[in-house]
Amino acid sequence: MEMLNVKVNGIAVSVPKGATILEAARKAGVEVPTLCYMKQKNEIGACRICVVEATGARGLVTACVYPVTEGMEIQTNTPKVRAARKTTLELILSTHDKNCLSCVRSTNCELQKLCYEYGVDSKAFEGFKPVYELDYSTPHLVRDNNKCILCRRCVAACHEQYVSVIGANNRGIDTCIGQPFDVSLANTPCISCGQCTAVCPTGALVERDDTDKVWAALSDSTKHVVVQTAPSIRATLGECFGMPIGTNVEGKMVAALRRLGFEKIFDTDTAADFTIVEEATELLDRVKNGGTLPMITSCSPGWVKFCELYYPDYIKHMSSCKSPQQMGGALLKTYWAEKMGYDPKDVFVVSIMPCTAKKFEVGREDMSAAGDGIVDVDVALTTRELSRMINRAGIKFCDLPDEDFDPAFGVSTGAAVIFGATGGVMEAALRTANDVLTGKDMKPVEFHEVRGTNGVKEASYNIAGMDIKVAVASGAANAKYIMDKIKSGEADWTFVEIMGCPGGCVNGGGQPIQPQHVRDTVDLKAVRAKALYDQDSAMKLRKSHENPVVKEVYDNYFKGSYGCKKAHHTLHTSYIAREKYTK
Amino acid sequence: MKSLEELLAIKAKMQDKVAVRTSSGDIRVVVGMATCGIAAGARPVLNAFVEAVSKEELGDRVTVTQTGCIGICQYEPVVEVYEKDKEKVTYVNMTAERVKDVVEKHIKGGKPVTEYTIGAAKL
Amino acid sequence: MIRSHVLICGGTGCTSSHSHEVINKLAEELKSKGLEDEIKIVQTGCFGLCALGPVMIIYPEGTFYSCVTVDDVPEIVDEHLIKGRIVQRLVYNDTGDKEPLDKSVPVSLSETGFYKKQHRVALRNCGVINPESIDEYIAMDGYFALAKVLKEMTPDDVIKCISDSGLRGRGGGGFPTGRKWSFAKASAGDKKYVVCNADEGDPGAFMDRSVLEGDPHSIIEAMAIAGYAIGADEGFVYVRAEYPIAVKRLSIAIEQAREYGLLGKNIFGSDFSFELHIRLGAGAFVCGEETALMTSIEGNRGEPRPRPPFPAVKGLFGKPTVENNVETFANIPQIILQGPEWFASMGTATSKGTKVFALGGKIKHTGLVEIPMGTTLREIIEDIGGGIPDGKKFKAAQTGGPSGGCIPASLIDTEVDYDNLVAIGCMMGSGGLIVMDEDTCMVDMAKFFLEFTVDESCGKCTPCRIGTRRLLELLNKITDGNGTLEDIDRLEELCNYIRQNSLCGLGQTAPNPVLATLKFFREEYIAHVVDKKCPAGVCKNLLTYVIDQDKCIGCGKCAKNCPADTIFKTDYVAPGHKLASYTIDPAKCVKCGACLSGCKFGAISKQ
Repeated sequence: MEMLNVKVNGIAVSVPKGATILEAARKAGVEVPTLCYMKQKNEIGACRICVVEATGARGLVTACVYPVTEGMEIQTNTPKVRAARKTTLELILSTHDKNCLSCVRSTNCELQKLCYEYGVDSKAFEGFKPVYELDYSTPHLVRDNNKCILCRRCVAACHEQYVSVIGANNRGIDTCIGQPFDVSLANTPCISCGQCTAVCPTGALVERDDTDKVWAALSDSTKHVVVQTAPSIRATLGECFGMPIGTNVEGKMVAALRRLGFEKIFDTDTAADFTIVEEATELLDRVKNGGTLPMITSCSPGWVKFCELYYPDYIKHMSSCKSPQQMGGALLKTYWAEKMGYDPKDVFVVSIMPCTAKKFEVGREDMSAAGDGIVDVDVALTTRELSRMINRAGIKFCDLPDEDFDPAFGVSTGAAVIFGATGGVMEAALRTANDVLTGKDMKPVEFHEVRGTNGVKEASYNIAGMDIKVAVASGAANAKYIMDKIKSGEADWTFVEIMGCPGGCVNGGGQPIQPQHVRDTVDLKAVRAKALYDQDSAMKLRKSHENPVVKEVYDNYFKGSYGCKKAHHTLHTSYIAREKYTK
Repeated sequence: MKSLEELLAIKAKMQDKVAVRTSSGDIRVVVGMATCGIAAGARPVLNAFVEAVSKEELGDRVTVTQTGCIGICQYEPVVEVYEKDKEKVTYVNMTAERVKDVVEKHIKGGKPVTEYTIGAAKL
Repeated sequence: MIRSHVLICGGTGCTSSHSHEVINKLAEELKSKGLEDEIKIVQTGCFGLCALGPVMIIYPEGTFYSCVTVDDVPEIVDEHLIKGRIVQRLVYNDTGDKEPLDKSVPVSLSETGFYKKQHRVALRNCGVINPESIDEYIAMDGYFALAKVLKEMTPDDVIKCISDSGLRGRGGGGFPTGRKWSFAKASAGDKKYVVCNADEGDPGAFMDRSVLEGDPHSIIEAMAIAGYAIGADEGFVYVRAEYPIAVKRLSIAIEQAREYGLLGKNIFGSDFSFELHIRLGAGAFVCGEETALMTSIEGNRGEPRPRPPFPAVKGLFGKPTVENNVETFANIPQIILQGPEWFASMGTATSKGTKVFALGGKIKHTGLVEIPMGTTLREIIEDIGGGIPDGKKFKAAQTGGPSGGCIPASLIDTEVDYDNLVAIGCMMGSGGLIVMDEDTCMVDMAKFFLEFTVDESCGKCTPCRIGTRRLLELLNKITDGNGTLEDIDRLEELCNYIRQNSLCGLGQTAPNPVLATLKFFREEYIAHVVDKKCPAGVCKNLLTYVIDQDKCIGCGKCAKNCPADTIFKTDYVAPGHKLASYTIDPAKCVKCGACLSGCKFGAISKQ
């Protein structure tokens, strides 16, 4: 590869031909501020905060997109550069509501941080400022364009998901991000994945905050408020408290939840084990009885909604199994309530999820195992909301001891832990299928071909003499790839795992915010997933069907085998072909 | 269209038709077309000139145009030929027949047809 | 046999002054007189003298009639076409000389003041041929340049020819066209594009529209030549949807060229194939910016992209692309046919050939003019444009539209070319030339253009989206009389910031009208902020309407006219008058000017 020699603030570095000034600067250890830039995703040079001086270039150039040339000398910190950046920030502030005090992103806001660093005068420019109404139309997020800086990272994230329901409307100072023809977000084919909220540098896009509902329930003495946590939360929650990315904080998380006042702390991993045995059973049934193949997982509500919206004719490919969240809620309000002698109406299930689409999922139809209109899950909170509750409660998270889940619904397997990473459901299913089909305790338990952060992974296995081709996709754009293959008849897979977010739940739309420069330089998906795979490999139980709770429930509550009638009633759901744009 | 020749053919066909707009006007043939001239048969004379100029492909240097009463009504149809740096030649009692001679001898040959000129008529 | 051609302008200007009715009436008259086989009516593109439309030219005499109405048609037929008597009252023969020449001698069009100093290369066929006839274009050597290129020249020869001619981009930037083509040729790629930028958006500019309306085949031919030179087999013309006549004629021309095999596969039996498509712009000014235009063709919101990569490397659909403006293309066939030396013989050392300007504003002959580069501004305004009407003084000329600057009266002898204009802080731009007289307030003028850019900013980058708006607000503050000297400094700072930090040319040049007026007319800004006066008497909030008590005869008409009831009778009776004079309450005055325009005694003035 041809290398170019450049100097950044006098520091010599050599970078491959085609590299940008920003890349050269990062290599030289010099940080250049960015707002709109997302590596390979949003290289639009729009915000102009990354301007630098460079030899051979006219005036100031944007480091994020300007390619270096041989011998280029770059200055990132001259008076001219600082003055320009400061003016840019002051102009942005002149159309910003500056309500930092009440902003959920305060102290975690890329704009606020830069304004602080550059010592801006927040009143330097006054004048016309458009005022926007907030979009509360969806259950999963809130758009507040009064805080929007038009970096368009959300637009790029949505585009990366092949959803593209948002873009710029109007022009000039009235430019704003919104939906086509100004319909509300709820009336678009938004899949609720929340990737936009994870990349927003400010508080313009935030998850719908449902913590008040949880606080209210916690102080309601008539309720039995229980919580379940998704597999990936333990790998990410620590980031909200300044811990290194990829720290597994399962013990502290449980301790924090207990201190928040939940009656029981359960693990969605347990539910994930139910998902595997039910899903594997359904798959074998489809294979044996000529059902629709490939069968596709249905754990990810973003993906499920994507399929319903974009491939409504193919919803029969999705497993009818509820997601682990919904299975968890269903079992807690049926099996566990009965066991405890509670009226299901008085059980309030909160789930902590990596995902904004889970907020949509809890309100889906056909999600009431207990009947009587009792929803399986009452509130789904994101990782971010949980961290705010912990802070509000005055819990010093980092100082907490490690505690264990409550055993009634807290025992799980390594198979369930890895649900949080792309390929994890597939691997868990393969572990169980291998044993079920052979009737033996098969080794090895690891299926490395379906691991890793690639958007699409394919593999074929011979299990008990049967050739099984599988595919794993994460991110809705890759889901499109899979579905187009199915549509065209080219797909020869038996089983497909699809997650709506790139990399799976560890990179879900409800996960902790990391500033873009971190997202550009650290592979969040891989580092967070590693925490889960490490936990799996350290566990004694690594196959879902080995989970004693699973055995207990089928033997004593469902009183049947996997896929039996009662299990089906409790743990399965149905899908709806949805229209893309509605009024 | 596959060849330059075809393009040239179209140009040749058309050039004549647009020549009227681009003529250098080195020679101007002016036909008196007032009421008297028209009554005396100036129109066929005018048309004969237009046709002859076109037929002989003289359009790039000859302009045929008309004018009002030249003032010698008894000699109508009257035609004046203006040529750069030369004396004006006035033809009188013109007919379509005489036009052929004028085109052939005067315009192409450069020698005025004296017998049709006003000088000859006066004699 | 056709003996006479009547050419009537069917361009947008004349169409809006009802040239179609004139054409219909003429056809009717000719039919009733039995002349339809002798006289041919040709609807052409723009002649340039739009202010005097509908215009008509009758060949072979070359008589130029202006302001022709339907009622004039019978007279033109009876007198001119039948009897050969020129209808003097309709003849346009303003030679620019002080004394009109002998009226009986018809003035040839090229002798008139408006046309005398013009030199038509890009517009050579406009007003000469029927733009809807490919045959007429061919008769004027049309498609011979393409034939020559395909038969006799290699792509490198073509690029060398264009480079040697010195042709520079006529869209405003002035980038050497040959170099642009050579970059695109040098870019590796199996697919390349040629794009014609016909998204003419400067207020008052209509050069490109006129070429497309008057000579659409020249663009098709030039784009095919460009395609051959860079190795592209497909082209797009991006034209404003607001140009329906241009779109129609271009569509007809493309269809005709296809029928003749001048577009399509294996043109002139060569290996070269070229297809052309039209894309309609929806009227966003920014889509005239080359990368925004490509983004728009691609089907996205028209927004500029960062450069580099330049379009020659990564352009339309990510492929190497040459994008030129209409006028640039219009020059290409002539350069090929007449040679680069011919083209380079016109113009100045660094700016070759001619430039088309849309002349507007406070000038007698508004319209379209094509002049050799290096013509002085004085010649354009005084000789071609006929000077400033109403005996007013020339103050400044604005070029380059909202991206341009202004040339003050002191620099009226500037030879107009790319580099001279840049040197005085102005720019050639695409060719809008707006003349301003002493009644123009330069702060107000800067505001006008800035309002345009503020409206048209695409909103992508911060400096343009917010910065230009803040700039406009500062200007408003100044023209409202609330400005301070510090505001002028802030204005300048913000201008420089926007210029250096904006993403695309639209933003980078948006402050130009402000910077140029600050440079040449700073004292006017100072008068606005220090004296709270608008010297030109334009900025309403800085005006006071005053009644001269000694001139007022007390008729009371002003008081009646005043919509705000701010004029009252005083006790003062001026010497020699019988009635008490009136006075205006400045606090309540809305500065509408109704009193001033209604006073027959010159007693009211604005100060």
